[in-house]
This record gives sequence, structure tokens and C-alpha cells, in this order.
Amino acid sequence: MSYELIGITVLWFFLYGYLIVASIDFGAGFFAYYARVTKKDHIINQLISRYLSPVWEVTNVFFVFFFVGLVGFFPDTAYYYGQSLLIPGSIAIVLLAIRGSFYAFESYGSKDNAVYMFFYGATGLLIPASLSTALTISEGGFIEETANGVQLLYGELLTSPYSWSVVFLALVSVLYISAMFLTYYADRAGDKPALELVRKYALFWSSPTIIASLTTFIALSQQNLDHFQRALELWWVFGISVAFFMVAVFLIYIGRYYGLAFIAVMLQFLFAFFGYGASHLPYILRPYITLTSGVTHESMAIALIVAFIAGLCLLIPSLILLMRMFLFDAEYVKGKK
Amino acid sequence: MFELDGATISRMLTSMTLLFHAIFATVGVGVPVMVSIAEFIGIKKKDPHYTLLARRWTRGYTITVAVGVVTGTAIGLQLSLIWPSFMQLAGNVIALPLFMETFAFFFEAIFLGIYLYTWDRFKNPIYHWLLSIPVVIGGTLSAFFITTVNSFMNQPQGFEMENGTVTSIDPLAAMFNPATPTKVFHVISSSYLTSAAILAGIAAIFILWKKGSTYHKKALKLTVTFTFLFAILTAVAGDLSAKFLAEYQPEKLAAGEWHFETEEGADLIVFGTLNENNEVENAIRIPNALSFLAYGDFNAEVEGLEETPVDEQPPLWIHYMFDLMVSIGFYLLGISLLFLVFWKVKKWNENNRLLLTGIALAGPLSMLAVEFGWVYAEVGRQPWILRGFMTVTEGATTSPYVGWMFLLFLALYIVLGTGCIVVLRKMFKDNPAELELERLFPQVAATKEDDQS
Ligand code: HDD
Ligand code: HEM
Ligand code: HEM
Repeated sequence: MSYELIGITVLWFFLYGYLIVASIDFGAGFFAYYARVTKKDHIINQLISRYLSPVWEVTNVFFVFFFVGLVGFFPDTAYYYGQSLLIPGSIAIVLLAIRGSFYAFESYGSKDNAVYMFFYGATGLLIPASLSTALTISEGGFIEETANGVQLLYGELLTSPYSWSVVFLALVSVLYISAMFLTYYADRAGDKPALELVRKYALFWSSPTIIASLTTFIALSQQNLDHFQRALELWWVFGISVAFFMVAVFLIYIGRYYGLAFIAVMLQFLFAFFGYGASHLPYILRPYITLTSGVTHESMAIALIVAFIAGLCLLIPSLILLMRMFLFDAEYVKGKK
Repeated sequence: MFELDGATISRMLTSMTLLFHAIFATVGVGVPVMVSIAEFIGIKKKDPHYTLLARRWTRGYTITVAVGVVTGTAIGLQLSLIWPSFMQLAGNVIALPLFMETFAFFFEAIFLGIYLYTWDRFKNPIYHWLLSIPVVIGGTLSAFFITTVNSFMNQPQGFEMENGTVTSIDPLAAMFNPATPTKVFHVISSSYLTSAAILAGIAAIFILWKKGSTYHKKALKLTVTFTFLFAILTAVAGDLSAKFLAEYQPEKLAAGEWHFETEEGADLIVFGTLNENNEVENAIRIPNALSFLAYGDFNAEVEGLEETPVDEQPPLWIHYMFDLMVSIGFYLLGISLLFLVFWKVKKWNENNRLLLTGIALAGPLSMLAVEFGWVYAEVGRQPWILRGFMTVTEGATTSPYVGWMFLLFLALYIVLGTGCIVVLRKMFKDNPAELELERLFPQVAATKEDDQS
């Protein structure tokens, strides 16, 4: 495997990791606020905060990893994405900053503050929407290189059906993934009322998810026929993804094996995400950066890969420790510790 | 403000973000060290006062960490958003430590999460203390990695430039450039110093305003002792930094010291003003001291600013930044020494109001010293963003919207700053140390140890 392929695969795994953990977090924020508005907060908010408190920082690091690694492996992305994403990127930073800090203010400082809760819920939906812009513009046609540098074509972006379908897909998948996870977590905690509530959310958000995936696919054929055709060649990957989707929804529907159901959700997104990524190649940013044109020098690529492996040797045991103490420690989950 | 050119606004935006992040980053590096020390003493002496100190510091720390993390994420992204050309070039050479920095954060974040929620989970408290070690290591390592990036901007090496593209890249040489040792040492020691001084300031304020109990007096003794130790370390590191500058970046030292002509036995100019002919007035001159600061020899020759081409000279106002930083450094050293002397000499009362006020001031002053130090170091690199290779104007974004982004981030930092202060105040006002002590360790509070001192 070439360095650039290793690099992009590793980065894609990180983005996938962020997609899962951040969706759980973003969606949970929204559900917590929604439950408060509908006066059901006593049922699930305890559950949500017990899970979120120990892990929110870890979620953020996944994202930092991705963009720092991207600039490291493919320095040209700093130039093209940096120039064109100044506004959407800055908005995303502001939202992330408000979310992260308000979460900490709320949970360590003034408990149950309505304003903090509102921001926490609202940013949970706005952040995925603004971050998804980066994926949208990678399809090409949204930026232009002039003598004065690279510019984002806001008119194109805001009127494109593709860009809106990506936003829609991002929103519903966040809610779907999150509800699926909370269902599993509520089951582990043996919290019946919460389980009933989040299970309903999970079933509710499953059909929009699959509809949004289809519309995005169709919109892609309008935006970038080339990419669409390469995706069709990988039809079986997307087929497996849909199969896992059906397994997950079925298990939730019959109300058993919630753990397996969530694993199926993860696999559903793993296949869809890697199918999307593989068919996106060789372009990283169409038509300016390809895998081979954008990659950093060999010595840096090797150094980054070595650092990465060394880092994993440090992190994986620590992460396992974290999970054993909070996520999989039945006593903790049930609120006895 | 929109009449300013893009590069100037980009600089203002970067300065604002970095100076804001620096507050939280400094605390983020230093406070875990103090927490770990306090918890260890608490276990060794079996004194719950120290354990409570560690617990309460950690609780405040969670708030500052949160702001540190979000503002750090902001800078990480802003580097690409605001300096795209710079990152495209530098990313090729210096991506390694930036990448490793995220590992350090990750490591710190994981163990901080565990540390926070496991105070009462272990039978033997030493296990909980052990969890603080990875937090300390993670914070300090992240300071180390990010500072190597900054060192690289001052002393770029480990690559060759051929018609605008970089080749022959050596990531380790880029990371371990000549600026790295002194810079890392000074940044880390000053973070420890600042955190100790801030915690000392808080203890002093409690004793001044609320009389304070034994708990606060113990906190004060502990933190001032470490302020003193770290102040010595920081002064040594600062001295080494100056010696580094004299050898590798003489224009920064010369501009900072208003040292215009190369000469032997150069005087150190402290404060003062410049008249229209750039002559120094109203300054205190310490004979031959600059030669000593630069080379450790009172008669050594120090290069003057005249040797640097005019368009590559840093602005002269950084002189005040340097002087303020050094003055604060000596103030911290002095006030902490004074306290220690008063404490050891039995007849004197170390808790007299004047001394306590001096210590209360030490906290904010040390944070200011960090900010002055960064402004000195970064503005002293002007006009370069990558010294000798790329100027700030070449590195900046050409997007016309940076001005608006400046306003957006200004608003963000106002919100974050206020939120942070409000929450921290509320957190400790609603839950005074005395009450918490009673709740957590009823047997100690019952002995009324507090009344004896
Ligand atoms: C509590 C904070 C603090 C204190 C008391 C001092 N410094 Fe400092 N100084 C810093 C905090 C700092 C800093 C924030 O950490 C800087 C900014 C960039 C850097 O490398 O460290 C810095 C930079 C810095 C530089 C520029 C290094 C470079 O650009 O490479 C020099 C020469 C000194 N310092 C020298 C001193 C001396 C002689 C001090 C005498 C006591 C001193 N500093 C006290
Ligand atoms: C990754 C390492 C760093 C990068 C890439 C970086 C980049 C920059 C850039 C591009 C500027 C604007 C150009 C200039 O005015 O010099 C700047 C200025 C500044 N930076 Fe750094 N910096 C780094 C590290 C730091 C750190 C660690 C701090 C302190 C926390 C810091 C503090 C400042 C300050 C105070 C300014 C304002 C200088 C001015 O007004 O011109 N920098 N930095
Ligand atoms: C010497 C100056 C700096 C120090 C000592 C420092 C240290 C830290 C520390 C300790 C944290 C963790 C939060 C906390 O514990 O408070 C943090 C967060 C962060 N810093 Fe800085 N930093 C500095 C400057 C910079 C610069 C210039 C950058 C830009 C590359 C940067 C990027 C980040 C990022 C991305 C995070 C968030 C990481 C996460 O999500 O956990 N830092 N910094």
C-alpha cells in the first residue's frame, strides 16, 4: 500500500470515528433539550449526562486528529480548504466552542440552566450542517481559483440541491445514530422508562435516514456524474450497508439485542462511509487535489505513520481503561458509582 | 477597521485567538502539576486539607480545560483558515509535532476524564494519585510539541527550498531546531510558575477578605513555596532564551533592548522612551549588563540592530514587552521569597495584609507576563512568519471576509470569558471549603483544628 493510501485510510477512519461519537453527542444534546421542552427530561437526562460527562473531550479530539492529520498528510488541503472555508469553518469553530464550553459550564457549574441547555441542543444540529459543507465542496464546482487566490462560490453552494441534501442527511443521521446508541445504553442501565422513550426516537428517525441517503445519491448524480458512476461500481458496498440498516431497525423493532443493533448501525455507516470515500478517490478536492498530487514528502509521511502507530500503542490501552470504567461498568452505568 | 489590509487583520485575529488561548493553555499545563503535588502531600501526611485542595483545584480546572480545548481547536483550524499559504508550505515540514500534539491531548483528555470521576473509587488513594501523572505528562507534552512548532517558525531548518517548493525534508531536524531547547524550557517553566502564582493569589484573597481557615493558610504556604521554585527556574530559562537570541536571532534581542550599534560591554536599557531621532531617553542604564545577559560575559560584543536590513527589523515597541515581562519575573521571585522569610522567622507574621496583597497581585501579573512574553517573541519575529522564508503578508489569506471573522471571534471570546468567570465564581461561592470539608471529612472538621492557628 502506498503512503498516501495508508494516510487517507487512517484519516478516513478518524473521520468515521468522529462521525459516530460526535453524532451520539450531538444528537444527545438535541434529545436532552427536546425532552426538557416536552417535560420528559426527568426520564432521560440523567442517562444522557452519565454517559456524556466522561467522554465529551475525547469526541473533540477525534475531530482535531482528523484535520491536523489531513493538513499533515496533504498540505495542499490547507491551502484550498483554508482559503475557501474561512466563513463556514469559522462558524463551525464558534459553534463547537459554544457547545463544548457551555456543556462544561452546565454540567460542572450551574446545573440545569435553560440557556445553556438551549445552546447545547441547537448547536448539536447546526454543527453537522456546517461541517458537512467541507464534504460538499470536495465534489467540485463550488470553488474557483482566481489571480486573487481561491474563492468559495456562495451562490452555487446555497442553491445546489446536492449541498442541501447533504445537510439533510447529516442532520437525520445524527439523530438516528444517537437514538440508536441511547437505546442500547438505556437497556444496559436497566432504565425501562428511558428505554421506551429513546427506542421510539430511534424507530422514528430510521426512515428519514434511508430516504435522505437515497436523495443524496440522486443529487450526487446531478452534481458529479463521475463520482456517481464510481459509486455505482461499488454498489455491493452500499448494499451491505442497507442490509445492516435493516438488521438494526429489525432488532430495535422486536425490542431485543440492542447491543447487536448498535453494532449493526456502526457497520451500516462504516460501509456507506467507506463506499463513499473509495468512490471519491483519486480526488481529495476535485479537481485541484488528488491523492498523489497532494501528498506530502515521503520522509514526512513515514514519520507521521510511525508517530501514529506509537500514539495508538499509548492510546488504545487508555481508551480501553476509560470504557471499562464508564461505558461497560454496569454499576457505573446504572448510576451506583 | 475594514480599511486595514488583509494581512494586518489576519494578524490581529491570530493574536487575539492565541492570546486568549494562552491564558487557558498556561493554566492547563501548570495546574495538574499543583494538583498532583497537593494530592501526594495529602496522602503522605494523611492530611485531608491537601486532598480537598486537590479536589477543589481540579473542579475549577475542568472549566478552564473546556475553554482551553475549544479555543485550541479554534487555533488549530484557524491556522489553515487564516494562513493557508503558510500552512501549505510549513505543513510539509512541521506537521509531525502538530500531529503528535493531538496524541498528547488525547492522552490527557482520557486520563482527566478518569481522574475526575474516580476520587472515591479506590481503597488505596495512591492509585488515584497515579492517575494524575498521565494528566501532568499529557499537558506538558502538548506544550512541548506546540512550542517546537513555534520554534520552527523562528529557526526554520530541516528542509531545502528550491524555486518555491520544499525538498529534502527531515521532520526531526525541523522539530529539534536551535530554538527548541530554550523555548520549551521557558514556556513550560513559566506555565508552572503562572499556575502556582494564580493559586497562591486565590488563597491570599480568601485570607484577606474572609479571614481564611487553616485550609487556606496551608494552601498559601504550599503555593508560594512552588511559586518561588518555579520563579527561579523561569528566570534561568529566560536567561538562556536571551543567550539563544544573541546567537541565532540577534535582531529580536537588539530590538527588544534598543541596542542599535554593535559594541562590546553593552549596557542594558531598562524602560525609557525614544525621541524622534531614535535616541534613548529617561532610561535606567545598567552598565555592561546586556553583554552579560547575551553571553554571560560583561565585556562580550553584542550585535546591534544596525546590522539588520531596515525592512527586516522588528518594531521597537517590543522593548516594553520585554521589560515588563522581566520586571514581573523579578517581582514574583521577590514577593515569594519575602513570604518564605516571614514564614520561617518566627517573630514575623507572614499573613500581614501588605504581603498578602502582594501575593494576590502575583497571580494576574504572572499571567500578564506570559502574554507580554508571547507578544515580545512573536512580534519580535516580524516581518517574518517563517523567519527568512516567508513574510506574514505572503502567508495570509486573501479572503475579503477576515474583518468580519475578527468581529465574530471577538464576540465569541467575550462570551467564553464571561461565562468562565461567572461559572467559576458560582462554583466556589455556593460551596465554600469549610462546608465541603465538613461534608467529606466530618471527623477532621469535628476536631476544630481550624481554631488553633
Ligand atoms: C510568567 C511568565 C514569564 C516570566 C516571569 C518571564 N518570562 Fe520570558 N517569556 C515567557 C514568559 C515569562 C513566555 C510566555 O513563556 C515566552 C514567550 C515565548 C517564549 O518562548 O516564552 C517568553 C519569552 C522570552 C524571550 C524570547 C524567547 C524567544 O523569542 O525565543 C526571552 C529572551 C525571555 N523570555 C527572557 C526572560 C527573562 C530574562 C526573564 C527574567 C526573569 C523572563 N523572560 C521572565
Ligand atoms: C503552532 C505554533 C504557532 C503558529 C503557527 C503561530 C502563528 C502565528 C502567526 C501566523 C501570527 C501572526 C503573525 C505575526 O504577527 O507574527 C502569530 C502571532 C502571534 N502569536 Fe504565534 N504562532 C504559534 C505559536 C504561538 C503560541 C504557542 C503562542 C502563545 C500562546 C503565540 C502567540 C502569538 C501572539 C501573541 C501573536 C501576536 C503577534 C502580533 O501581534 O504580531 N504563538 N502567531
Ligand atoms: C505555548 C502555547 C500553548 C500551550 C502551552 C498549549 C497547551 C494546550 C493545552 C494544555 C491544551 C489542552 C486544554 C487544557 O488542558 O487547557 C490545549 C488545547 C489545544 N491547543 Fe493549545 N497550547 C498552546 C498554543 C497552541 C497553538 C499555537 C495551537 C495551534 C496549533 C494549539 C492547538 C490546540 C488545540 C487544537 C487544542 C485542543 C485539543 C483538544 O481538542 O483536546 N495550541 N493547548
